[in-house]
Amino acid sequence: MSTDQNPSVPGSKDGTELIRFDRVTKRFGSNTVLDNLDFTVAPGKHVTLIGPSGSGKTTILRLLMTLIRPDEGTIRVDGDCLTHEDKGGVLHPAGEKHIREVRKKIGMVFQQFNLFPNMKVLRNITEAPVHVLGMSKDEAEERARELLELVGLTEHIDKYPTQLSGGQQQRVAIARALAMRPQVLLLDEVTSALDPELVAGVLDVLRDIAHSTDITMLCVTHEMNFARDISDDVLMFDQGKVIESGSPEKIFNDPENERTREFLSAIL
Amino acid sequence: MNSWSWSVVQEFMPRFWDGVIITLEALALGTLIAFTLGLFWALAQRSSVRWIRVPVVAFTEFVRNTPLLVQLFFLFYVVPEWGPSMSALTTGIVGLGLHYSTYTAEVYRAGIDGVPAGQWEAATALNLPRVHTWRAVILPQAIRRVVPALGNYVVAMLKDSPMIAVIGALDMLGEARAFSNETFTSEALTVVGVAFILIAYPASLLMRYLERRLVH
Amino acid sequence: MMTSEFFESWFLPGIWITIQVTVYSAVLAAVVSFTVGTLRTSQFWIVRFLAGIYFEIFRGTSALVFMFWMAFAVPLLFGVQFLPMGAGVLALGLTYGAYGSEIVRGALAAVAPAQREAGIALNFTRMQRLRRIELPQAWPEMVPPFNNLLIELLKGTALVSVITVADMTFSGNLLRLATNASAPIYTLLLVLYFVLAFVLTRGMRVLERQAKAGIGQTPPSSGLFSGLRSKSTDTAVTGGVK
Repeated sequence: MSTDQNPSVPGSKDGTELIRFDRVTKRFGSNTVLDNLDFTVAPGKHVTLIGPSGSGKTTILRLLMTLIRPDEGTIRVDGDCLTHEDKGGVLHPAGEKHIREVRKKIGMVFQQFNLFPNMKVLRNITEAPVHVLGMSKDEAEERARELLELVGLTEHIDKYPTQLSGGQQQRVAIARALAMRPQVLLLDEVTSALDPELVAGVLDVLRDIAHSTDITMLCVTHEMNFARDISDDVLMFDQGKVIESGSPEKIFNDPENERTREFLSAIL
Repeated sequence: MNSWSWSVVQEFMPRFWDGVIITLEALALGTLIAFTLGLFWALAQRSSVRWIRVPVVAFTEFVRNTPLLVQLFFLFYVVPEWGPSMSALTTGIVGLGLHYSTYTAEVYRAGIDGVPAGQWEAATALNLPRVHTWRAVILPQAIRRVVPALGNYVVAMLKDSPMIAVIGALDMLGEARAFSNETFTSEALTVVGVAFILIAYPASLLMRYLERRLVH
Repeated sequence: MMTSEFFESWFLPGIWITIQVTVYSAVLAAVVSFTVGTLRTSQFWIVRFLAGIYFEIFRGTSALVFMFWMAFAVPLLFGVQFLPMGAGVLALGLTYGAYGSEIVRGALAAVAPAQREAGIALNFTRMQRLRRIELPQAWPEMVPPFNNLLIELLKGTALVSVITVADMTFSGNLLRLATNASAPIYTLLLVLYFVLAFVLTRGMRVLERQAKAGIGQTPPSSGLFSGLRSKSTDTAVTGGVK
């Protein structure tokens, strides 16, 4: 884990970094959300992004998921560039085909779940494995059942999303993302839209996954206890930059930066 | 194109302009009827008197869900048996106006429903007479909102107006048919077809503009 | 009054022709609606532009004039002769399809952008997203305005009588010439159209309930008679703004 230092380290498949942002800038109109950002994440690590709203945390996840594109800089996942493709030694903006290839490695869980309301729970989970990965229907369904067991929703397999509580929907969304076997799981404020009493169930599932798999997690959250539990590293964002990073013990117990201290005292 | 002759088009043009005038006349008068009669239906549908409300709802539903063309036949062939005998053009104007009044009634109804309940309450609190509340408070707010929707029905009426040619009115289509039958040519139909698109397109642009100006 | 012989040899077949014309042109209009409506959401501006031109032209077209043109001008201009019913179905399908394309486009535009993003996150292709996520979700939104459009189309089928298709309006006119009993004939005609519209509406209500159930919603069931039109803000007929 390194931040804001030595951006000239070449992106490589040497196993020490799975995600790499190189001088990434993203603007919305005149508002610069990410400013020349460098950071890397090692494989298998669980990284939590914290910081005031509008500091660019969610933007990082959306860039990684290729929902938006950076204005400057490059993003690599497992050595493959998300933003550009190499055509005979020359870098071009990445085309749809190239992006879909790299995107296989990434999964995302959204704040608002974004389940497909026109599909029952089972099909929400099997649709992409069958039609994107080309998995057989039987295999996809078997895997979906396993995942539903993992998130504790086996009995709801035949329901529509609107018939589930928010917490249950979010657990289905987690199963749906995992069904694609991503290397990286992006979690975008996954409990913010839930009623307070439903938060714990979702976080328990995520803790379980964090502790029992080697999946890399990038997590934006306001649940500091959860962040403390699952994170290997915590990154503190402010105004499009990482202003402090370190182990959860260090960040939560003994932050160095004044802004970090202010932020934590305001929300804890 | 096997046979297209600009000289035929030229020959048709004087009659084309006669037809345009009749079409616009039918449209203008039809609109007038549709707008006023529609408001009347809309108010009657809200009447607290059951034997006004129910027949009006039934009548407008029936007219709205049956073909204008058959209604024109009805007005042209049936009504004179026991009522006034009207020329083809007059029948056409009445038919267009009556048919579209059942659409504008729905538009007015939506507009009136859209006026916040607080406006009624405020008028009551000020002790305004009921008629005055309608005239000065409710309708001005409702109508402003529905102008673009009403306008769209004018465009729709324009496109339905050639039906009056079927009972013999000499609107654009009527002139084109008569001319084509006399000369055994077809250019006139093409001219009229294009003319409808050329009139309807800017009209619908205008409605979209009004929509942005008045509704949002 | 009309003789039963005449009724059986002209009027009943006329009803059948009206139903046929309605079905054929509704199928054509549906194909046009979905094709043009989807193309109007294309990522390529030129596709959107061309589909938009189709929409603008046919929205400005008078169905009756177009029908006459197909039946009488096209044979002279291009040497192509349609059967009268073919000309009528084409004219109705192409014009009502243009209105329908606006319904499809609007419903697709109303699908939550988050659904698109979820589709991207699961690595679906553009076509897969359209077919598996966006169209199925837009469908329940389309049914009520399609109901209104279908009734307009049914009414529009009366126009085919003027290009000599022997539908029920055509039969009614023949009957008037034969018997001169115009009041009962046209009254019966209007009632028949109203009954057909009513039947279509009941069918579309069933479709709407199925569509809503297909996304886990249970719509309140309406009474037997709650008006033929869906209370939709979408003024499909006028190709209206909104």
